[in-house]
Amino acid sequence: MNVTVKTPATVVHRPTAHDSAAKHVSGNADYVDDLKSPDGTLHAYLGLSQRAHAKVKRLDLSKVWQAPGVVAVLTSADVPGVNDISPVGKHDDPIFSDSEVQFFGQPMFAVVAHTRDQARRAAKLAEVDYEDLPAALSIDEAIAAGSELVTEPLTLKRGDVEAGMKGAPHVLSGEMVIGGQEHFYLEGHVAMAIPGEDEDVTVFSSTQHPSEVQHMVAHALGVKSASVTVNIRRMGGGFGGKETQANLFAAVAAIAAKHTGQAVKIRPDRDDDMTATGKRHDFKATYKVGFDDNGKIHAVDATFAANAGFSADLSGPVSDRALFHADNAYFFPAVHLNSLPLKTNTVSNTAFRGFGGPQGLIGGERMIEEIAYALGMDPLDVRKANFYGIGERNVTPYHQEVTDNIVARLVEDLEQSSDYRARRQTIIDFNARGGVIRKGIALTPVKFGISFTATWYNQAGALVHVYRDGSVHLNHGGTEMGQGLNIKVAQVVADEFGLTLDDVKITATNTDKVPNTSATAASSGSDLNAMAAADACRQIKSRLAEYVAEKYGEPASDVTFENGAVMLRNHHLDWQTIVSEAYMARIHLSAAGYYKTPGIHWDRNKGQGRPFYYFAYGASVSEVSIDTLTGEYQVDRVDILHDVGKSLNPAVDLGQVEGGFIQGMGWLTTEELKWNDKGMLTTHAPSTYKIPLASDVPRVFNVRLAEWSENVERTIRRSKAVGEPPLMLAVSVVEALSMAVASVANYKVCPRLNTPVTPERVLMAVTRLSAEGPSE
Amino acid sequence: MAVRNTVRFWLNDELVELDKLGPAETLLDFLRLDRKLRGTKEGCAEGDCGACTVLVGRLNGDNLIYETVNACIRFVASLDGCHVVSVEHLSASGTLNVVQQAMVDQHGSQCGFCTPGIVMSLYQLWMENPNPDDLVIEQALQGNLCRCTGYAPIVRAAKSAAEQGGQAADALVAMRDETINRLKDLRDGARVEIDGPGGKLVLPADVDDLAALLSEHPKATIVAGATDVGLWVTKFMRDIAPAVFIGHLDQLKSIAVGPDSVTIGAGVSYSAFWPVVREKLPQLDLFWSRIGGQQVRNMGTIGGNIANGSPIGDTPPALIALGAAITLRKGDKRRFVPLEEFFIAYGKQDREPGEFVESVSIPYPDAGDHFAVYKISKRRDEDISALCGAFRISLDDEGKVASARIAFGGMAATPKRAKAVEMALVGQSWTAETVAVALDRFDADFQPISDMRASAEYRALSAKNLLRRFHLETTGQQVQLSRGAA
Ligand SMILES: Cc1cc2nc3c(=O)[nH]c(=O)nc-3n(C[C@@H](O)[C@@H](O)[C@H](O)COP(=O)(O)OP(=O)(O)OC[C@H]3O[C@@H](n4cnc5c(N)ncnc54)[C@H](O)[C@@H]3O)c2cc1C
Ligand code: FES
Ligand code: FES
Repeated sequence: MNVTVKTPATVVHRPTAHDSAAKHVSGNADYVDDLKSPDGTLHAYLGLSQRAHAKVKRLDLSKVWQAPGVVAVLTSADVPGVNDISPVGKHDDPIFSDSEVQFFGQPMFAVVAHTRDQARRAAKLAEVDYEDLPAALSIDEAIAAGSELVTEPLTLKRGDVEAGMKGAPHVLSGEMVIGGQEHFYLEGHVAMAIPGEDEDVTVFSSTQHPSEVQHMVAHALGVKSASVTVNIRRMGGGFGGKETQANLFAAVAAIAAKHTGQAVKIRPDRDDDMTATGKRHDFKATYKVGFDDNGKIHAVDATFAANAGFSADLSGPVSDRALFHADNAYFFPAVHLNSLPLKTNTVSNTAFRGFGGPQGLIGGERMIEEIAYALGMDPLDVRKANFYGIGERNVTPYHQEVTDNIVARLVEDLEQSSDYRARRQTIIDFNARGGVIRKGIALTPVKFGISFTATWYNQAGALVHVYRDGSVHLNHGGTEMGQGLNIKVAQVVADEFGLTLDDVKITATNTDKVPNTSATAASSGSDLNAMAAADACRQIKSRLAEYVAEKYGEPASDVTFENGAVMLRNHHLDWQTIVSEAYMARIHLSAAGYYKTPGIHWDRNKGQGRPFYYFAYGASVSEVSIDTLTGEYQVDRVDILHDVGKSLNPAVDLGQVEGGFIQGMGWLTTEELKWNDKGMLTTHAPSTYKIPLASDVPRVFNVRLAEWSENVERTIRRSKAVGEPPLMLAVSVVEALSMAVASVANYKVCPRLNTPVTPERVLMAVTRLSAEGPSE
Repeated sequence: MAVRNTVRFWLNDELVELDKLGPAETLLDFLRLDRKLRGTKEGCAEGDCGACTVLVGRLNGDNLIYETVNACIRFVASLDGCHVVSVEHLSASGTLNVVQQAMVDQHGSQCGFCTPGIVMSLYQLWMENPNPDDLVIEQALQGNLCRCTGYAPIVRAAKSAAEQGGQAADALVAMRDETINRLKDLRDGARVEIDGPGGKLVLPADVDDLAALLSEHPKATIVAGATDVGLWVTKFMRDIAPAVFIGHLDQLKSIAVGPDSVTIGAGVSYSAFWPVVREKLPQLDLFWSRIGGQQVRNMGTIGGNIANGSPIGDTPPALIALGAAITLRKGDKRRFVPLEEFFIAYGKQDREPGEFVESVSIPYPDAGDHFAVYKISKRRDEDISALCGAFRISLDDEGKVASARIAFGGMAATPKRAKAVEMALVGQSWTAETVAVALDRFDADFQPISDMRASAEYRALSAKNLLRRFHLETTGQQVQLSRGAA
């Protein structure tokens, strides 16, 4: 049999364009709001609380009912099942508030009308009498008021901290306020529910977690999960903001759809989206660190208080992850870390790229910085003095051994390639001239633990069909939000079958194809789903191999799949032909694949285990200039070296590193969330909430993947997760700003910048240091 | 006078004629809901994210210019006589155009939601500027947010598209003459008037007609570029009917460059004025690049910025420092008002019902004057000022301050002069010591407030420091950050 050899099938490890790129650029990629909706689709809109904490004395919706186009008005009484969407089963997350509102912006009711505009206008017409109750609007207020914790706190302990502090030549303590962050996915929340027969409903939801949406919708409707189908082809960004926060919109759409018997779409305006949905937690880190003259840490004692908002949501695991990353890349001989997930009367904070890790990491890095200023050292030397060792000094505060440590090599490589030392000296000389403009430079590393700390989340499924014409239908439980998950999984599938990407059809994530999926989160998307898809491919391949082996009387183990062909010894069999033959021979050409991460376990009560399968590493050098008259600054140059193991798709991974860094930089610089004294978010739109623009990108931006790296664990093609870790590379921007500020007091005082480091914070720090610090 | 009861424009390859149109209907809703052209996205509905960017082509004399605009705050009525190009048009032939292909090749999209808008901005840049440097590319992207990519691949795509060229073969470029004719055919000199369910909208035939209309409907909402009014509708759901649109009036777009001053019609956009800024008021060039983003500069007018009366509008401080004056017109009566007297109190200007801003006269600084304007905002570009300070002094032969005009936005309920500070300077030697004394006078002029953009303390302190910066700059020191090209 003759074979036509197609283009080389090695499609993994190649810089391959996003599968939807051509559709993105031509406007042909459909998001939920772009889908063709059924005739008569109605539109829902939420009515939001105008108080942070109050008893609802009277909720008069008669004017809402009377508004033009209104078809239905729904309150907690209209929820057929349970009025709750708590993702952690705490029953503290109502869909609609009842007798009490707990934050400014909490949904109280929904109005359903013929057009979105009608519903939106009607939602403004509610008449509400509130009786204010005491409200804690910040971490400090919550601590002062003795607020409860939304979930059990976590403690991590290793070694004798008291003895460590006593034995340390120096001890210092301090605190750092770390601001939150709005996700600002460009596509806001949106859901469309279409009622079906019996109890059925299909929900198109912009969600990172379709299975959870399915379960929440079922819970809210009081029906079985099997009656609910959730579909998502792509999101216009998620970043964690659509991990649990999509539940609300999906539930409301579904309730309204069942209530009215019509399809219902809900899409809040950007201001309402930002007001009513959770953000990255703001934190306050309080630390005490003992160290010696060489900057070596002896002991660390720190508490990470998190603003959980009014409900638990994911605040438990988020504040846990802060503790897991307070060590970053450093060995703490004795350590005691505490989390404090505080209940407040703000929106319930949620997952956001890094999931608490960034807040923990920057708190840890602040200690390093403090030590450096206290000792007059280059912070890089303090870092190096404390890096985890190889085979020694390698146990984390949660008692997991770090066995894949490449931080020293990575940092060494970057230190050289960025010319860090010489540039730092040039900057010190520049600053010594005492001008208005000051500069700073910093090199900070990242070590990030990969796996969900909720161990059962580390599983995934995939569904692969091969059709008679040889085309491959790929489905898996992960969701596409721009991170390039689908193309990576498709590359693996094409490679498994020896086909090209054109042969593999990527399909929308759907709960009726792959059940019980985990959120696409924790950077785990391709680690889990590509493995599950590969498993499905291998099942089909082994059936085909057996068929071919039998046909030629050769061993099945000799069958390979390459270049669009199935090969066995000297038999080259065209893929399409063999597939259609196999079908005729009644070979099953569909498989459900499955994967679970091996070797991980975690005992939260003890604070011990191996929560992470492996670590991803990175490092960055940032150089900045500040204007000491106004606090304005710019990031002049950034060099990044990042570890993605053996990259499945270097183009996608580079995009994650560049994009993650800039998003992290936004978090730490211009993205400031502000609430007024009524608890109302005042930065609720892009006019007031400023994410980075093209002109904020460092003028020189050198980003490299550590090509020499390979995952020591048997991950998919030895790659590493990349979604979250690069965000934390932006910590070097804060430290560089800090150095520039510190120059006004001859680097004798650690500026202790809180984040975000806005121009205002820079100027105020310059003023403070000029007053209190030694003159130059 | 001829009256037409329809709004007519070209949308991609199709002539659109609408007779049932509300004044507040936005182009974005029209595209997405009415025409089912869903490539154009909504990210914010307030002109800040650029996901809704489309091109609007209009005749400027006999010339056809395409500009990027935010469809979310652009009212359909204002498109009469224009050519709207949405992203669907770019690959109508079935193949991606150069810019689109460059975005694919450079991995310029991740989630893809910002992408259609980015493509439109880059496409406009590519048509207009075959050889943009980094700064120009960034400027073209000031009005486009991307949350995923970190922009680096988008900037690479812009460069790669420029390297490939191919403009002449582009469909829109090739169609230029045809489009000019199409748009000329739409010009009938008629007043456009639609009185539909959404209320009344009027596009006056000319400025005299405008004056007459406003006398007749003194409560009508004047809509120029709609970069403020658009948000009244999309964010506050305010009723703007009856609305009188003025963006199409060529007479209000005149720019008369004189020897000592320039007089502009109230309808001159930031973009249209920029070349004059570069030539006659180069001290404002950098500042100009920091007003809004490209789309907002294309739409927004200086007249609207003034008439809006906001304490944080960016042009009033500069114009007050320059001693600008405006012409207000009601019917056939005209008044000439120094700009600083126009702003009476928060939300209150010296403008009578039925009166409109017809033109703005802007004197150039005298030769030898020192003049600078500084904007302070959280983010450098496309942000609203926390404060904005304009400084102009002239020195006599002995180096003493002969005159001083200093004005601030964001420091009081209106754009306001710093008269106490000025007094402390005038007659004194222009030295650091004089400046130090004058700094104390700021507190007599301003008691700023705290809001989400800045605290009162920061405003007060940085306002003072801007005077110090101004002084240092007049002594020839380089004290501002500059984002030079790579
Ligand atoms: C994303 C974004 C960014 C922005 N950034 C900035 C910025 O950096 N700096 C800044 O200063 N502003 C900024 N603005 C606001 C700025 O664009 C407006 O103030 C603009 O200048 C107003 O002009 P317009 O033509 O759009 O006015 P419109 O919105 O059409 O009208 C504004 C007001 O002026 C009235 N009006 C308009 N023309 C006349 C006239 N001839 N006579 C009488 N009344 C009239 C209108 O009735 C209305 O009350 C921004 C706006 C947006 C949406
Ligand atoms: S939708 Fe954001 S600018 Fe128009
Ligand atoms: S690609 Fe997602 S916002 Fe730009």
